[in-house]
Amino acid sequence: MSKIKEVRPEKVAEILESFEHRVDSLIMILQDIQEEYRYLPEDALRIVADDLDLPLSQLYEVATFYRSFSLEPRGTHEVKVCLGTACHLRGGPMILENFERVLGVKAGQTTPDLDFTLETVNCVGACALAPLVLVDSDYHGETRPSKVKDILGKYSQK
Amino acid sequence: MSVETNIRFQSPPELSAFRDRLSSERRDDINRITICAGTGCVAKGSIRVFEKFTEAIESRQLDATVELKISGCHGFCENGPLVVMKPAGILYMEVRERDVDDIVEKTVTTGEIIERLLYKDPVSGERARNEDEIPFYKKQMRVVLRNIGKIDPNNIDDYIAVGGYSSLAKVLSGLQPEEVISMIERSGLRGRGGGGFPTGRKWRSCRNAPGDIHYVVCNGDEGDPGAFMDRSLMEGDPHSILEGMIIGAYAIGAEDGFVYVRMEYPLAIERLLNAIRDAEVYGLLGGNILGSGFDFRIRINRGGGAFVCGESTALMASLEGRAGEPRAKYIHTVEKGLWDKPTNLNNVETWANVPPIIERGPEWFSSLGTDGSKGTKVFSLVGKVKNTGLVEVPMGITLREILFDIGGGVKGTKKFKAVQTGGPSGGCLVVDVEEKGKKGAFNLIDLPVDFDRLTEVGSMMGSGGMIVMDEDDCMVDVAKYFLSFLKEESCGKCVPCREGIRHMLTILDRITNGEGSAEDLQLLEELAETIAEASLCALGTQAPNPILSTLNYFRSEYEAHIFEGKCPAGVCKQLVTYSISADNCTGCTLCAKNCPAGCISGEPKELHTLDSSTCIKCGICYDVCNFDAVIRR
Repeated sequence: MSKIKEVRPEKVAEILESFEHRVDSLIMILQDIQEEYRYLPEDALRIVADDLDLPLSQLYEVATFYRSFSLEPRGTHEVKVCLGTACHLRGGPMILENFERVLGVKAGQTTPDLDFTLETVNCVGACALAPLVLVDSDYHGETRPSKVKDILGKYSQK
Repeated sequence: MSVETNIRFQSPPELSAFRDRLSSERRDDINRITICAGTGCVAKGSIRVFEKFTEAIESRQLDATVELKISGCHGFCENGPLVVMKPAGILYMEVRERDVDDIVEKTVTTGEIIERLLYKDPVSGERARNEDEIPFYKKQMRVVLRNIGKIDPNNIDDYIAVGGYSSLAKVLSGLQPEEVISMIERSGLRGRGGGGFPTGRKWRSCRNAPGDIHYVVCNGDEGDPGAFMDRSLMEGDPHSILEGMIIGAYAIGAEDGFVYVRMEYPLAIERLLNAIRDAEVYGLLGGNILGSGFDFRIRINRGGGAFVCGESTALMASLEGRAGEPRAKYIHTVEKGLWDKPTNLNNVETWANVPPIIERGPEWFSSLGTDGSKGTKVFSLVGKVKNTGLVEVPMGITLREILFDIGGGVKGTKKFKAVQTGGPSGGCLVVDVEEKGKKGAFNLIDLPVDFDRLTEVGSMMGSGGMIVMDEDDCMVDVAKYFLSFLKEESCGKCVPCREGIRHMLTILDRITNGEGSAEDLQLLEELAETIAEASLCALGTQAPNPILSTLNYFRSEYEAHIFEGKCPAGVCKQLVTYSISADNCTGCTLCAKNCPAGCISGEPKELHTLDSSTCIKCGICYDVCNFDAVIRR
């Protein structure tokens, strides 16, 4: 089964409708599309551009400016290594290097099997748990280099 | 959560009658258990604790005598999940699911206190039963955070019961917009987002700006890493922010408002949306608010994950559905902001200060704090500090009081080194308690904390992040960290910021790789001056601060990297090597088993050796060794 969903115009229309087709909700509209497809498919962007009467270039600008968006499909699981100041001081960069080594991709990249996307995040505000790693919406606090493999093991596809 | 959908207040007296009814219906004979559901506690499992409580209470059929609720962040994140037991006011810490049955059987049923869950003073070893006995809370003054931890943020009745929306009622009961603005001016409130601009003056300029349509905006794009004041406010007391905005909108003459929230804060977004929905049902938001004829609507906008959007003009561009690039501000946003209409933008904490000022009067507010900085400030205390958490203190309190009396000093056995304030554009200040006096003017431990004093010493208030560093932290690495953060987040519109930061970072990379030269320091200073002078927005003009402040206070560390090829703190990877101590190694083989590079060898129960030529410096051996035998130097 393909891990990439096909774009259904009705789904995109539904998302546009939920934001009342407002241009001031563009970022949220794109976030919901990203959430649905795990990236911003060109077909979906064209539908949004037509609907909101915006040039496709503006959507492209927005899609490449903000961290939320990706024009490439992302993995099933998103690993976000926090690199806020508190996490940096408590060893965040070393945690990131270990994730990069174990997954074999750099921050910002997705594994070829589309299982994991590795990202960094600038503080999620749970600094008491530094260094912190978020996998999807699970918090893994006080992470250490030696725990990295175990954390990924919990999410690896059987 | 329940909201009585048949209620819609037609006038201020109806609201106050409702509050009286809530207070008369409040039962004093029941146990109230409040479980902290701030992000810190949730990450530590407080939702599971809440579910376990629900189960334990139902199974014992105690529903009638126990009221269970969640609240926003209590601040003491270090010891979460936190549970408060009323009426006795007992504060339990680090409560796990396995403790719940014990609490229900003992504290709820017989009133017995469970000693092991109480706060233990690290020095005296004494246990404290409630907040007032704990040093972390004692020196705080809670104005903005007054309700957090007490009310259920998803329950508008809770907010009304503690006096919520009474300031709005007061305003709509006959105060003219002009009078409201004058109250805010007299209070001396300055913007809490970092700029410190007088709030009342901003409101007045916006009100006076010509045009039929005016907007108010709440900046909840809290981007500074290590800062979570605004998140806690939005999560813990969303109605106080809405109430502040409604009052501001009335004073300024706006009918539409926006709250721009970071996408990394999903819980804050959810709670704000709930709060808006409930306030609309009650007639506190929307058309004809409290029967006054005043209309005001608020929409929530999720941010896209760009730090620069915390800057007002970039935020407005983002709200308009464009890339968040700032513009030059020779035309102020109070005149031409969102869609070129007069727009008043304030930070979350600033808005939350408005209701108490209206309620208790501007004179009360201006009696708090220092000459130039009135009121209180919320700080998030993080890093190598013992009590990580959120604290609110009067302006003018010293760093010593915040870091030691409240923060409990440094975590572990290392020595305090510095505190960083103001976010990525702030500065690192020397804090060295033991060598007081020795470093003369450099030791800032007794510095009173307010807008102006922090700027004088080369840092800034910023939004309120306070990051504690100890002797294991390399100040060159810290400067490099902030610069690489800013390089990533620079929008790229203006050259000094886009190119200048990149070049400063290249130099810092060189220094931390042991390839720096004496000229590099001078070059850094020259670049810093140009970037500060020529950048378009504050992201650029303040970007040199982390370098300038560390060069000023910690120059010797730069010099050690350049001239001795050493990182004194043992942080900079290229300058660090791993080895195994013959004295401590027991030959347990743990490091060798875990080493992904296979560079550690040795027979069981014999001294192990590490081949540094193949070592990838992943830190796993250092982390797994139970005998402190791996040396990183």
